[in-house]
Amino acid sequence: MFAKRIIPCLDCKDGRVVKGIRFVDLRDAGDPGELAEVYNREGADELVMLDISASREGRATLLGTVTRVAQKLFIPLTVGGGVRSSEDARRLLSAGSDKVALNTAAVETPQVVSEIAEQFGRQAVVVAIDARRIRSGNLKLENGNRSASEHLVSSFQFPVSNFQFSGQAAWEVLTYGGTKPTGLDALEWARRVEALGAGEILLTSMDADGTQAGFDCELTATLARALHIPVIASGGAGGPEHFLEVFQKGSADAALAASIFHFGTHPIRSLKEYLREHGVAVRT
Amino acid sequence: MIALLDYGAGNVGSVLKAIEYLGCPAAIADSAEALAGAQKLVFPGQGHFGAVMNALAARRLLAPLQEFIKAGKPLLGICIGLQVLYEASDEAPEALGLGILPGRVRRFEGVFKVPHVGWSQLELRNASRLFQGVANNCFVYFCHSYYAPVTNESAAVTDYGQTFAAGVETKNLWAVQFHPEKSGEVGLRILRNFLEL
Repeated sequence: MFAKRIIPCLDCKDGRVVKGIRFVDLRDAGDPGELAEVYNREGADELVMLDISASREGRATLLGTVTRVAQKLFIPLTVGGGVRSSEDARRLLSAGSDKVALNTAAVETPQVVSEIAEQFGRQAVVVAIDARRIRSGNLKLENGNRSASEHLVSSFQFPVSNFQFSGQAAWEVLTYGGTKPTGLDALEWARRVEALGAGEILLTSMDADGTQAGFDCELTATLARALHIPVIASGGAGGPEHFLEVFQKGSADAALAASIFHFGTHPIRSLKEYLREHGVAVRT
Repeated sequence: MIALLDYGAGNVGSVLKAIEYLGCPAAIADSAEALAGAQKLVFPGQGHFGAVMNALAARRLLAPLQEFIKAGKPLLGICIGLQVLYEASDEAPEALGLGILPGRVRRFEGVFKVPHVGWSQLELRNASRLFQGVANNCFVYFCHSYYAPVTNESAAVTDYGQTFAAGVETKNLWAVQFHPEKSGEVGLRILRNFLEL
C-alpha cells in the first residue's frame, strides 16, 4: 500500500514560526525546532519550511534553523522561500534539507529548475505554484473510473471517485508570495516545470488559503490527474473532512497545512485515524 | 567505526547524521586507503546509475569497493547503493553494475506517477538480521524511478505497480531501496540493526 502524505508547513520569519492569512497579520506560532519535533512524534510524513523573511539577515538565520531542525528529524524536509539559484539550493541541501522548493525563481528563470535537478536529482526539486481561479468550470457528477488520463492503471492507488471534473476552469499563477499575476495558466505552467525536471508540485490555492473552508479540489484534481509527478495540495485546510475530500475528489498525493496543526486544533494522529477509517491509505 | 562511501554525490550528510544520532562514530571514506581500513561500510546514494558507476571508477573506488566486499566485511547499500549490486540498469544501458545480484534494474512502467516518492509498505520475506524488530508491513520512505527485481536474496519486497526488491541480504551484503535515514523510527531501527551486526 502506498500512503497519502500529511505534511505540516512551518512558515518561518527570522527564525520563528509565524502564521497569518496570506502573509498579513502574522502571529508567532513557536520555535521551529520544537514544532518540528512535535510533528515528527505525531506522525507527520514530511516537513516543509518556508522562509518568509524579506531581509538578508532573515535568510542567513534560515540556514541555522534548517540545520537545527534537521538534527533530530528523520523524515524528509523541504525548505523554500527566496530560493533563486542552484547555489541557494546547494546551501540548503548541505544544511540538512532533502528538497528545495522554488516558486518565483522558477517563473522568472525556469532554467534554474533544470540546473538544480541535474545537479542534485529531480527528487530534490519541488516547484511551488500559487494559483488563483480566473474562470470557473462545470462540476459534473459521474460514476466510474476517471477518464482524465489514459495513462492510469486502474488497479493502482486511489479510491475511485464518483466525481469528475470537466469544463474549462482555469487558474492563473501568481508570484512574489501570491501577489503578482503572471498571466500563466497553472496547468500549462505545471506541465512545463514537470518537463524541466521538477520532482513534485506544491500547489497552493490563493482563493482557499487561510479560509479553513477546504482545499480547492478542482484545481488539485486538474493538475494531479494531468501530471506524472506528485502533487501536494495546499491552502484551505480547516478540518479532517477537507483532507479526505482533497485526497478523494482532488486526487492529491499529499496535503499540506499550517494553522490547523500549529495551534493544536487538529493533531496529526487523529487526522490519520479519521482518514484510515474512511479508507484512505496513510502511514501508521 | 563505520565508514560512509563518498563518491561525490549521494546524500552522505543525512545518513551520517542518522548514524551519529544512533551513537556510532562514523567517518567518510573516499579513497582506497580509507576503504581498506574500514570495518563496516555504508554506501548511501541518490542519483543516476551511470553517473554513480562512473564516479566510482573516476575516483578509483571501484576496485577497493570490490576488495572490501570480497574480504567479507559488512556493507549496507542505500537506494542507488542497492541498484549497483545488480548486473545493469535500464537507466544507463552502457554501464555495468557490480553484478553481485542477478538481474537488471528497470524503470517503473504502467504506473501513473514516477518517481515512486513517499511511504510504502515493506513485506518481509526471509528472516533478515537487518529487519529484526521491524514490523511486517511497516511504512518506509522511497524515492526512486527504477527498481530491482525480486530474487532469492530479497529479504523484503514492496509493491508499486509491480513487486520489487525493497531489501536484500546476501552473505556480507545488505541493501535497501528505501531511505532508512528518512523513514522515521522504523528507519533508525534498521540502521541500528546494521550498526550492531
